[in-house]
Amino acid sequence: MKTNQILVRYGELSTKGKNRSSFIGRLRDNIRQMFADLDSIRVKAERDRMFIFTDSEEDMQQILERLPKVFGIQSFSPVTETALTIEAMQAAAIAVVDKINREGKTFKVNVNRANKDFPHEKLEIMQTIGSSVLRNFPELTVQMKKPDIELKVDIRENGAFLMAEVIQGAGGLPVGAGGKALLMLSGGIDSPVAGYHMLKRGVRLELIHFFSPPFTNDRAKEKVFDLAEKLSHFGSSVNLHVIPFTELQLEVHKQVPDNITMTSTRRMMMKIADLVLAETKSQAIITGESLGQVASQTLESLNAINAVTHSPVLRPLIAADKLEIIETAQKIGTYDISIRPFEDCCTIFTPANPKTKPKLEKVEYYENFVSFDELIQQAVQNREIIKFPRKKENKFEDLL
Amino acid sequence: MIYLDNSATTKPRKEVLETFLKVNEQYYANPASLHQMGNEAEDLLENARQQIKRILNMKNVIFTSGGTESNNLALFGVAHANRQRGKHIISSETEHPAILNSLKELEKEGFEITLLKVNGAGEISLDELKNALRNDTILVSLMHVNNEIGTIHPIVEVKALLKGSRVLLHVDAVQSVGKLQLSPEATPDLLTISGHKIHGLKGSGALAFNQLELAAVQFGGGQEFGLRSGTVSVPHAAALAKALRLAEPNPAFAKWNQELRSFFSEFHGVKIVSPETAASHILAVAVKGIKGEILVSGLQAESVIVSTSSACSSKSKDTSHVIEAIGLSREYKDGVMRISFGAFTTEEDIASLKEAFKKTYKLIK
Repeated sequence: MKTNQILVRYGELSTKGKNRSSFIGRLRDNIRQMFADLDSIRVKAERDRMFIFTDSEEDMQQILERLPKVFGIQSFSPVTETALTIEAMQAAAIAVVDKINREGKTFKVNVNRANKDFPHEKLEIMQTIGSSVLRNFPELTVQMKKPDIELKVDIRENGAFLMAEVIQGAGGLPVGAGGKALLMLSGGIDSPVAGYHMLKRGVRLELIHFFSPPFTNDRAKEKVFDLAEKLSHFGSSVNLHVIPFTELQLEVHKQVPDNITMTSTRRMMMKIADLVLAETKSQAIITGESLGQVASQTLESLNAINAVTHSPVLRPLIAADKLEIIETAQKIGTYDISIRPFEDCCTIFTPANPKTKPKLEKVEYYENFVSFDELIQQAVQNREIIKFPRKKENKFEDLL
Repeated sequence: MIYLDNSATTKPRKEVLETFLKVNEQYYANPASLHQMGNEAEDLLENARQQIKRILNMKNVIFTSGGTESNNLALFGVAHANRQRGKHIISSETEHPAILNSLKELEKEGFEITLLKVNGAGEISLDELKNALRNDTILVSLMHVNNEIGTIHPIVEVKALLKGSRVLLHVDAVQSVGKLQLSPEATPDLLTISGHKIHGLKGSGALAFNQLELAAVQFGGGQEFGLRSGTVSVPHAAALAKALRLAEPNPAFAKWNQELRSFFSEFHGVKIVSPETAASHILAVAVKGIKGEILVSGLQAESVIVSTSSACSSKSKDTSHVIEAIGLSREYKDGVMRISFGAFTTEEDIASLKEAFKKTYKLIK
């Protein structure tokens, strides 16, 4: 007896008419990419359900942990395979039901005897398995119509397949169905949450991060890697573009007055993002900005920053308050990473009194004395691109 | 020498020593340092932690200097963090001195301690435990396997008894880890392990725990989540992870245990102290009217190393508290010796022990 496959139900997706097959294909590809770090996995998509196979217990554990987050899945069930004997099925049935919360629940067995050579009749199988489950779990009561727990036994040529547990999926549409956008990922609490909201709408993410060594260190980068890894667990892999930003930042510092550097730095980031957007064929820029949270997030600042791009800038958190954002960050597992105490490029060089209401003309005036274009081009060209989820390499294997 | 005192300590495995040496050579940086070498040491430390968590099936792991420190941290840590909730702690009278003496200190701080009595087999009574539980009980601390006579405490049943209450369960698994598996439903709130009992290194241990409030007992730079300050020894941590991964139950222990039980039962005036249900790697026997030390030195003369009841209590003159607690009769209680198996114990070692005992017995009787 082994639990070696998972049945995935599409839900909402089933009603999407002609787009159906492209949605299913999208979900299948997403799942393949998401579990790219697990070698043992195979995925098979059918018209109304999908199967994920693995023979590795460890990988199965990983799938069960990550699958509830994948958008585009209504629900899923672990399937236990067992030998073609009544005794084996009884034992498997007990093991399968044992994993579910049973207190005060109703129960029934449903048998599909596709293998007509199996030497027992359907009714007999139902009764034998049903009664051995009830003997072991007296807290269950039988109910044929709409039971809480339905144990399905599928008897096929190559074995019997049992399942009972139904785990809720994340719902929604598969990531990628809503196009692609570029998320500005800082390392703080807000930007991963902004990304999550867009993923929920089926938008596939590219990530961009500005890295300013030696002012920001490897641990700050590691933090962003860990956030990118988390964001790659919702149904599609993500690419992280790490932009070497030190030179540009220093140049801004030299050219513009202190209280405007912040606005100006962000304008540079936006210009770079615009170039990466074009290269990656993304259709919008996403930021974690929330109105009034810090000096750069006033409407005046947003105006001055936004003036450098014609691409749509999506700000899913613009009206959210901090507590809501934190709650979501905790739910999606990015909060603990975001609060690690390492500097990112926005927190260094922060002037004592940044302008909360910078005037666009003034900012443009100060930036006018030198051309930043070449440095911007260079930064984009020299960027490092990393794909997530990363394959886990265990370089300490021989030591541990 | 034939070493049969593995419950006192074990010989480190070659692989463990290699790890210790290599980590000292290559990853000696302070894991809290911000530079690249520090990052790598930290990376290794966290990998070691992950591995131990996975093997023990626990959510958190703190590296310590060994079983005694882990037990201290568990008891004082839980007591200090929960004192507003209650000041009553339950344990048993056959626990390791690291537990019993910590509890004595807590008593001075105003905590009330109930030590469960044990029967002749060293077993506690679940009824007595049930009766001892009070509204202000915050912790039950029990060892999984007794270090002197091998008695196994019923952790599964204790855990079931505490289910639904807010009483925490600490299990000192120093003698059982790597040998007896705790079933998943017996997963305690805190778990003590030690490296040198599983062919790892002296000076390495861990306290594993599942989400709960714990107060620090050692203060400083805030390492190990603020619960155990002091620069973490990455070599010891890696060596512990390795020793734990390589530890596995040896089915031959049960066979040898049975073999020795029937062997000793043939001698007049030799009593088997360990109950039938005890862990198979520990076998305590007693010889009537003879001092344990004499048995130990008699066998040593034949190149076989065993110990009196335990290394911790063998140096004090008094009878061990465990032997006292199980009420071993007067003529036997000074003559207890403990045989304990390890990963390097062989069939031949058992045969040599038998031969050596035959000779010693002849000499002293």
